[in-house]
Formats: sequence, structure tokens, C-alpha cells
Amino acid sequence: MTERVTATTTPYTIGRPPFRPGEEADFGGKFKEQPGDLNRPDPLTCGAQDTVAHAVGLVRVLDDNGIASGEWDPKLDAETLIQGLEYMMRLRIFDDRMIKMQRTGKLSFYMRSFGEEAIAIAQTMALETQDWIFPSYRQPGAQFVRGRDMVSMICHCIGNTEDNVKGRQMPVHYTWKEGRFISISSPVGTQFSQAVGVAMASAYKGDDEVCISWLGDGTSAQGDYHYALNFASTFKPPVILNVVNNQWAISTHANLATGGRTFAERGLAYDIPSIRVDGNDFLALYSVTKWARDRGAAGLGATHIEVYTYRAGAHSSSDDPIAYRPNEEFKHWPGGDPIVRLKEHLIKNDMWDEKRDEALAQKIDDEVMTSYKAACEFGDLASGPYPPASTIFTEVYETVPWHVQEQREELGK
Amino acid sequence: MMADMNMIKALNSALEVQLEKDPNVLIFGEDVGYFGGVFRVTDGLQAKFGEHRVFDSPLAEGGIAAIAMGMGLNGLRPVAEIQFADYIFPAYDQIVNEIAKVRHRSGGEFTAPLTFRTPAGGGIKGGHHHSQSPEAQFTHTPGLKVVYCSTPYNAKGLLTAAIECNDPVIFFEPKRCYRGPFYGDPHNVPTWSGHPDAEVPEGHYVVPMEEARIVREGEACTVIAWGTMVHVCEQAIKDSGIDCELIDMQTLVPWDRDTVVNSIKKTGRCVIVHEAPKTSGFGAEMSASIQERCFYHLEAPITRVTGWDTPFPHTTEWDYMPSPERIAAAIKKTQEE
Repeated sequence: MTERVTATTTPYTIGRPPFRPGEEADFGGKFKEQPGDLNRPDPLTCGAQDTVAHAVGLVRVLDDNGIASGEWDPKLDAETLIQGLEYMMRLRIFDDRMIKMQRTGKLSFYMRSFGEEAIAIAQTMALETQDWIFPSYRQPGAQFVRGRDMVSMICHCIGNTEDNVKGRQMPVHYTWKEGRFISISSPVGTQFSQAVGVAMASAYKGDDEVCISWLGDGTSAQGDYHYALNFASTFKPPVILNVVNNQWAISTHANLATGGRTFAERGLAYDIPSIRVDGNDFLALYSVTKWARDRGAAGLGATHIEVYTYRAGAHSSSDDPIAYRPNEEFKHWPGGDPIVRLKEHLIKNDMWDEKRDEALAQKIDDEVMTSYKAACEFGDLASGPYPPASTIFTEVYETVPWHVQEQREELGK
Repeated sequence: MMADMNMIKALNSALEVQLEKDPNVLIFGEDVGYFGGVFRVTDGLQAKFGEHRVFDSPLAEGGIAAIAMGMGLNGLRPVAEIQFADYIFPAYDQIVNEIAKVRHRSGGEFTAPLTFRTPAGGGIKGGHHHSQSPEAQFTHTPGLKVVYCSTPYNAKGLLTAAIECNDPVIFFEPKRCYRGPFYGDPHNVPTWSGHPDAEVPEGHYVVPMEEARIVREGEACTVIAWGTMVHVCEQAIKDSGIDCELIDMQTLVPWDRDTVVNSIKKTGRCVIVHEAPKTSGFGAEMSASIQERCFYHLEAPITRVTGWDTPFPHTTEWDYMPSPERIAAAIKKTQEE
């Protein structure tokens, strides 16, 4: 990155993002770190001290020309790679449709994963189906990998009578037990230490399960992040703890979230192997996650991962980032677009072509539209019907206590 | 000089006046600096007063609370924002065990004069993590003052009083009313423009804490509310056709018991309205206190109209929040006795 003033220091330090609106975003071209820079330690003997370079460096597999190389290359077959590409395209097209629908009032709120599609998708593909998923907002893509029906996801987002959350939560607060995908929570970071508890339960029961969780660079300031690392360090359960450093927490840049260098390095202080990975590199994400799962499954405990990426879109439908960062700053991000990068890799290896790509995009677009229409048959936020008012009173407790029952009768709906 | 302000502008004006007046006043919280807050309450203040007086903090409410206490102990007067009241709970230990008690447990040696501003309440389709109204969790903590504004005028005056107060203050802002009063009809939401309570002095003034505001005088029933519910009650009173006295509490701890008691001695009837769940809500405390003092004046049982004892819902929020219909029905019922 070009040298920038990223803080004022008197009387105390106030961090600054590298660029503000009106400035030209310039991250210094491409990443200096290259595939092959970092070795792949044996997951079954690796300790935190063997990952010092990995915590300050950047694990990459795809170079800037779409060529895969180095010890971290997972050498996936064409079918798996094309499947990954399809999931990512599906998520982007799904997001675009949902944000359009949000603007028409069909849903109250939305959050896109724009620019971060590779993360949950590659990482979930590297896991086993029995592994637990404790997501933050920008990991809905894991549900595609686990086979969740889009109609069901849309029904939740538009809060209709088929919403499996029964209209109780804001859109994108998915929950899906069948996919071992725990309910997303607005109080950020809470899931991170819960994930450690889930992993301890798996270990206690002797089940071959690993738990994965994600939170953001901003959220890593919360106590829950530090509780998670400390408990994971102490009890060494099979858990994969990811900090998604997408540079921005709403308007707050990562330079205001920490005074440290990398987020990955924090794990070393807890004696947890810690790796920083290019979050827009599908292959690197897959590989690092598989490595972490191998460690967890072998009883070697937690892995801490910093997923280095860029939040290309707004935080949510409620904000407009041109108020706090240069317009289209994401186009300058050295990591590029994760979908384009995997696509170029596939084309370069004669596994894919533009024609098939266009056909797939069209097919997904049609599926999303069809799913959307099917979901709207059950109502939407703008015009209903909504889940019945009785759903306010149920499942607060296992059975409805007398005082809640009285209130339910008072409402009379 | 008076100006027409919505609640956001009025709060911003209170902060600006304080930053100008007292170099010990600092503002920080999530997204409050460069961006000016997710609801824009601190808009423009960093540019005017510098990034050491108005700054973005790491995203950690527990840290924000503790840092504010430390600053308060060392002579500053921090005004920290908790982005949504629903997010205040990581700070609960610091607020309840530390900030609220430091004056007492240090034998009066240390105090933490600070203000936590936090948007609260429902009506914005925020689901259960962007809609709660947790005032009772703080009224139950000795050592804290608890304020809940309802209009641009009292928002600015009360925030000024809170910042100048030497006790810690939890200052709730009804986010549904930031841009206009809410009368219970989500399809017809006016702005503050032209509302008498949107006439706000540009300079310094105080609305004293601990004083309730009689919004409307009446003889038949006393209706008590705070925050958004003040406006919903206005509508309900209109709809009921009954000559009610409407009291906006403004401050919940310490609350203006005399104004309430005097009103009920006149009307003999009382309806208390709040968005928060009924069980252990502040209405329960008021109800108990009122009957201790007004027992022989009461012509009907004191009635509470509140949010249900359930989490706050998303799509069905209008069935959760007290509506003009539910409140009007409760008012009418008091007349039947």
C-alpha cells in the first residue's frame, strides 16, 4: 500500500482510513505477497509458533493471472471448482434481486455479501456436512452449499407466512437447523464464543464435528471475540475462528478498530495457529479451511484465520458508503473480484468459457426470479399476509405461561 | 433565536452547544465521528470540533462504557453513543456495577459524570434487536438517572440537563420520532415540520430533569407515557373522545411523582402506557407508588397498556406496540367503573 497518514497522534492516536471521499483510492496495485511465499505446515504437528509468518503474510493460491501454485494449492477437480463458481454467482444474483426488492418495500432491510462471496462458500465446501456453522451477516452463502432452498430463504427475507423464523427477525437473520446453520444475531460477535461451546460439546460427545464461526474486523473489538480465543486456547476444542477483515464496519475503518498490524497475529498470543488468507481467492480459502478442519478433527484444537478482503458494497440497505469512502473504492482492491478470479482460473485451465458462464448466469437469474415469485405467493412485507399475530406469543418459553396466555387473549387476534 | 428542528437536529444542537461551552465534553461511539452517526445525530460535529473531541470508537459497548467512566473519573464529561439500546448489554456490567455505584462505594470521593445516549423503541421494522425499550433495566439500578425524551424541544433541553448533570445519565431517544411524531399509524407518518414542539431555541437552554410535562390537561382520566407512546396516547385520547390529562414523564429516575399524584387526585383514573414488556416494566413501579398515595381517590383500577411479555417481533410489530385502539379501549374502560 502507498504510504499514507493513517492516524493523528496528539494528544492520543485517532486512526484514519487510507482514503476519504474526494480522494483517489490507491492500494499500491496488486498484493506484494505471492502464492508459494508461505509453506503449508503439517496440520497434525503444527503449533502456533510454526505460523508466525502466516499470521503476518498472506496465504494465496491464485496469482494475479489466475494461475494456481504453491503448497497451499488444494488441487480441486473441475467439478468442484465449477460448483464453487456457481454458488458464488448464485449468491451475487440472489443479493442483487433482494436489494431491488428491498427498494420496493417487499422487505424491510437487506445486506449483500458483494465482494465476499468466496468466503463462506469456499470455507463451507471445505467442511463436512455435519460441521456446525456460526455465521455473521455476510455468510448466507453457506446455505447454498448445504442445499437450502432459495424459496425458503426468500420467505424469511420478506417475512411472509412461510418464513421459518415466523416473522420474528429482520431479513437476512437466517436460521436453518437442517443445515446446522445457527440463527444470525444482530448483537455482533455473540456467536463467536458460542461456537467454542458447540465445539466443546462435540469433543465431549466424541462426535466427528468441527464448528466454524466468523465475525468482522470491527466486531473483533467485542469481548466475545477475546472470550472465544481464550477458551479455545484453554480447552482446545475443534473450532475454526475467522476474522473477516473487510476493512469496514459500517463507516469505521479497520484502522480505528485496532492499533495492531494484522488481526491474525492476535491468535499467536493465545498460542493458536493463526493464518492470514486472501479472502478473494477461492482456492486459498478452501485450502486453509481444510487444513484447519484436519487439525480440529485430529483433536489439535482451534485455528484462527484472518480473511483479508474488502466490503465492496454498503454495510446494509440503510447506509450509503459514499459518505465515508471514495466512490467505487472496491475497484482498486488488490484482491479483485472473487468470482472473476475463479472464473479466469477456470477459463485459463480450459474448464470453462464465456458462453457457459453467460448461460449459467441466465439460468441462475431465472431460478432466482422463479423462486422469488414462488415465495411471494405466501405474502411479502409490503402487502402481507404476515405470520399470524399468535406467533408473537409462542416459543417464548417451551409452553405458554399464564401471563403470556392472558396477553395473547387480550390481543384477541 | 428559534428554529424549526426535527429531533435529530435538536439533539445535534444540544451537543454542539455543549462542545462549544465546555472543553471537557467529548463525544464518541460507533460511527459517530466522520460519518456522524447512523441516525446522523452527531453529523458535522467532528469537522467542527476535531477528531479528538468527536471520534469513532472500536465496536465494543463494554469498552465504550468503561472508557467513558474512566474519562469521567478524570474530570471529563463524556457523551457516548450506544448505537441501539438493544446493544447496551455488553456494557451492562460497567454501567450497573461500576458507573452507577462509584460515587457511593468510594464514599463520595469519585464520580463519573457521563451521558449515554441511545436510540430506543420500536416502529422501524427493527425486529427484536433494534426495537427494544430497556428503560426498566436501568431504573432498577440505583445511582443512574434515566431520561426518555419525546419531542425536539425536550430532547435538546433534557440532553443539555443530562450532560450538565454530575450523575451518570442513561438518555433514551425514541428513534421512531427522530424525524416526526408517531401517532400509531405507520401509513401516515408526519414530519416534525410545523409542530409546536419542533420550535427549538438555537442556544443553550435546559428542560429540567425530574419534571414531567403535562401535554394536555383533562378531568376524566390521567394517561401517563414516555417516548414515542406520548404521541400514540395523544391520538388514543382523541379517538376515545374522553377528556384525559396526558403526562409525558420525560425523566423516569427520579420521576415527578407529585405531578402524577396531583393529576390522579383530580381525575381518579389512570392508564400507564409503555412499549416495554409489562412484567417488571416501569409502569409497575409507578402503579404501586400511585396506589400508595391515591388509593382513596381512585375510581377505577390503574391500568397498564404495554408491549407484551415476549421478544419484540419484526413483521407483526404493530400487533406488539400499544396502539391507539388498545389505549383508547383502556381509557374507556376506566370510565365504566
